[in-house]
This record gives sequence, C-alpha cells and structure tokens, in this order.
Amino acid sequence: MGINGKSYIVGIYEHPCRVALDKTLPQLHAEIAKGALADAGLSKDDVDGYFCAGDAPGLGPINMIEYMGLNNVRHMDSTETGGSSYIVHVNHAAQAIAAGHCNVALITLAGRPVADAKEGKPVRYYNQQAPDFPFEMPYGPNVTNMYAMCAMRHMYEYGTTSEQLAWIKVAASHHAQYNEHARLRDVVTVEDVVNSPMIADPLHRLDCCVITDGGGGIVMVSPEVAKSLKRTRVKVLGAGEAPKHLAAGQVDLTYSGARWSGPKAFAEAGVTTADIKYASIYDSFTITVLETLEDLGFCKKGEGGKFVSDGNLISGVGKLPFNTDGGGLCNNHPGNRGGMTKVLEAVRQVRGEAHPKVQVRNCDIALAHGTGGLLGSRMGSATVILGNEDA
Amino acid sequence: MSTDQKNKINLVVNSESKPYWEGAAKGQLLIRTCNACGKAHYYPRTICPHCFSEDTAFVEASGSGVIYSYSVTRQAKPPYVIAYVKLDEGVSMLTNIVDCEIDKISIGQKVKVKFNKAEDGYALPVFTSA
Repeated sequence: MGINGKSYIVGIYEHPCRVALDKTLPQLHAEIAKGALADAGLSKDDVDGYFCAGDAPGLGPINMIEYMGLNNVRHMDSTETGGSSYIVHVNHAAQAIAAGHCNVALITLAGRPVADAKEGKPVRYYNQQAPDFPFEMPYGPNVTNMYAMCAMRHMYEYGTTSEQLAWIKVAASHHAQYNEHARLRDVVTVEDVVNSPMIADPLHRLDCCVITDGGGGIVMVSPEVAKSLKRTRVKVLGAGEAPKHLAAGQVDLTYSGARWSGPKAFAEAGVTTADIKYASIYDSFTITVLETLEDLGFCKKGEGGKFVSDGNLISGVGKLPFNTDGGGLCNNHPGNRGGMTKVLEAVRQVRGEAHPKVQVRNCDIALAHGTGGLLGSRMGSATVILGNEDA
Repeated sequence: MSTDQKNKINLVVNSESKPYWEGAAKGQLLIRTCNACGKAHYYPRTICPHCFSEDTAFVEASGSGVIYSYSVTRQAKPPYVIAYVKLDEGVSMLTNIVDCEIDKISIGQKVKVKFNKAEDGYALPVFTSA
C-alpha cells in the first residue's frame, strides 16, 4: 500500500531552547507535544498514534504516553535509527494512517546533551553487547573521526577538497543569520572553515555540527482530519528508509544509505530531483551533506564538491537551497539527533513560513533526508518528500 | 552472553570474541571464514553473514594489507590514527596505525599487523608500515 497523498503534516514545533538546564527530558517532550498540537489546532485527546525513538526515557512510548496523559493512543512505534528516526517515523506514521491504524499521529524528539554534560551525566551510552563493540571500540572510534574517514576517502577517490566541504558550512551560516534561535548566527567564509582547528583530519571544527538541547515535534493526520483544520496542510508524497553498514568487511565509505532510501521516496512521490525546490539534508558534518546529495541524485557520484561550491546551496543564490534554518551546522542538533529539524524546516518551506530572507519561491515540493548512526560504519538512512495541496 | 570489560585496552571478551583475542595473544590475526560458501567476513560471527551457514571457523590471515582510509584524532593527547585496513584476504577492519610519523600516513600505504598487549594476557591487533 502506497502512502502518497494519504496523510498530511498539520502541526510542527521546534523548541526554542538550546540549553535546557532547567528542564527534564520528559518535560521537554511534553512541551514539544503541546507546541506541535497547538500549531495543528488539535488537543492531546485527539492523538491516537504516538511515535518516539531512543531519546525518550524508560520504555519510550509507554512512559511518555503515561507522562503526557495521551489517553487515546491505539498505535505506537518506537523505531530507533539514531538521528534519522523521526524521518522514519514520518514514513511509518503515513503508513499507519493509510492503513487506518490511527488518524492523528504525534512524533516527538527531545534531548539535553549540553545540560547532561554540565551536570556530569554521561552523554552517550553504547551497549557492549552490540556485536561490533568488541572489535571496534578498542581503537577509539568517535563521531568525528568516523565521519572524517569518509571525507578522507572521498577526497582520495574524487579529488574533493576541504574548501568545497567548507562551502556547505558557509551556506548554512548564511541562512542561520536570519534565525533568531540559531545556536551560531555569524556568517562564515571558506577561509574561516579551513582555518578553524583540525578536529579529525580532514574535518575542521567548522565542518562539525553544533551540540544543543531541546527538540521538536510533528503532528500528522488523515486527509479527512486535515480538511477539518484551518492550518496549511503539507502532503506526504513519498518516503524511503534503508540501512547501510560495513557489509561483512566490504567497506565503502564513499556513499550513504541515501543511495537506497532516495530512489524509493522519489518513486513513491512520482517526482525527480528536478522537481525538488528545497532540500533539508542531514548535516552532522559537511561530508554528510556532500555524500547525501550525490546519493540522492542531485549530482553524479564524485561531483558533490563541485555541486556545493560557490553558494549553490544558498537560498536565493544557488540552484538547491538547503537547510534554510541554519541546519545542524549552525542552528540546532537537539539531542545529537538532527532528523526532526530537517522535517520541520521542509514543512516551513512548503507552507511558505520560512524566514522571508530564505523562503524559496513557489516551494511546492521539498525533500528531507536523515542519516542516523555513523556514516563511517553503520547508519539508518531515511528520505521523505513533501508537497503542498496541489503537488 | 557474558561480557567482561578490561580496563586499559577496552577488550570485551565473550564466546564469539575470545578465540580472536587468544589468537592475537599468540601473534595471529584471525579472520572468520565460512566452509559452506568459502567467503571471509569481518568482524567475526558464528553464523556466516553471507550464506547463514553455521559452518564457520577462524583462520590465520597473512597480517598484510593496505590503508583504505584513516583519520588523525588531533584533539586527543597524544593524537592517534584510526583507520580501515583492507587485508590481503579481501576484508577490511577498523584498527589503529601505530609507530609511524602520523603526517606521512596515506591511503593505499602497505601495512602489516602487530600486537599491542592488553589485560589478562590478551592482545589487540594494530598496524604499522610494511
């Protein structure tokens, strides 16, 4: 059963905080749920489907449904693919709504890694019983060096340069200057990026995303419910999800799971890259964006460096405006999970509610893509394509 | 499954990993191969991820390979090199490159295994210039 046109996003909320010392994790989830439902013009008693991922404490949906008093839930999903989870949830909520399992789906993400660190709590926990753990952890893999190895190999095979990667951050910073909530609002240059401290060769500090607290939420509904609401509705046209991993030792770091999630989403939506007016691309690091754009087919494999250069991702300047909220590189990466905010800015663009300085004209079709886990080993990739009522 | 975390080098010894660490302690780099389909895989598993056969066994690898990719973690004290090394047997493994001038490391460079001592008499395979 396809999902094209069978559900709508009618409510979104991005928590304005970037440091949440005075808020608990469940509280953040509830504030986000309240914000997203208010945006939709719905109440918590309307929610009959609830979606959350590994950031939700306890047993996920069970604890959060109890805490928030979501008393009418009849469908739950706690699929966990890291930062891309919430794009997977959009796909799963669309499927559940199309199948009649629920009519009003709520998706929430929250995190407080900054506050947790300040309070001395461990920021990350990775289970020793993960099968890869014994054979990888002794070598000191961390988030940055695992993405850095992808950049290093991409440079080796295709001649990609640090300056080309830097253009991705430059474009994000041009957008972030207009976002009053963005963690980093200063416009930066290619020189600023390549002269920032080296973290893990070849990635500099400004190739890396921000770390923030907060989160976001989405409300999705059936076409019947959508028509009863006043809010501008955004149609879910297609979605795809795919795992990618080390393939039993046949390692190739030059592409991501977008190679598989993208074509599924485009086929279901019945559109091509030429139809995409705006793209939210997961930007944990600059290299994440570059490989993803290639894998989604916006340019040929290996030509991502050329594609992102010279402002091509800047709204009003380039051919493919991306991450007009400032993305994870400048605006927000709540809980180290950037998939949610990718959907939120795509929804704003289709609604015509992005900041006027970055709003894409006639943005009838937009794409959001997430990369969860590690580009340098195993990841969950997810793509969703959204459109306005006429799309 | 019981796990037993070591302090210095973070080795997890369990029923699937123990023979691998024991081999390393004897100076052998072991890779898991499948007697049913004939293919090697990494990291080692009991059931073959290629054909799902349970007829798998550890065999000794040559210990030679080339650097597929690497990165220097500059903020660590001291900085260290993480890498994927593609072994001559065709599988790639995550590892460290050691005892080298870190600014002279390159993709495609030939490397050979060596073993760093870990706790409880085990050892960790790492690589250095061939």
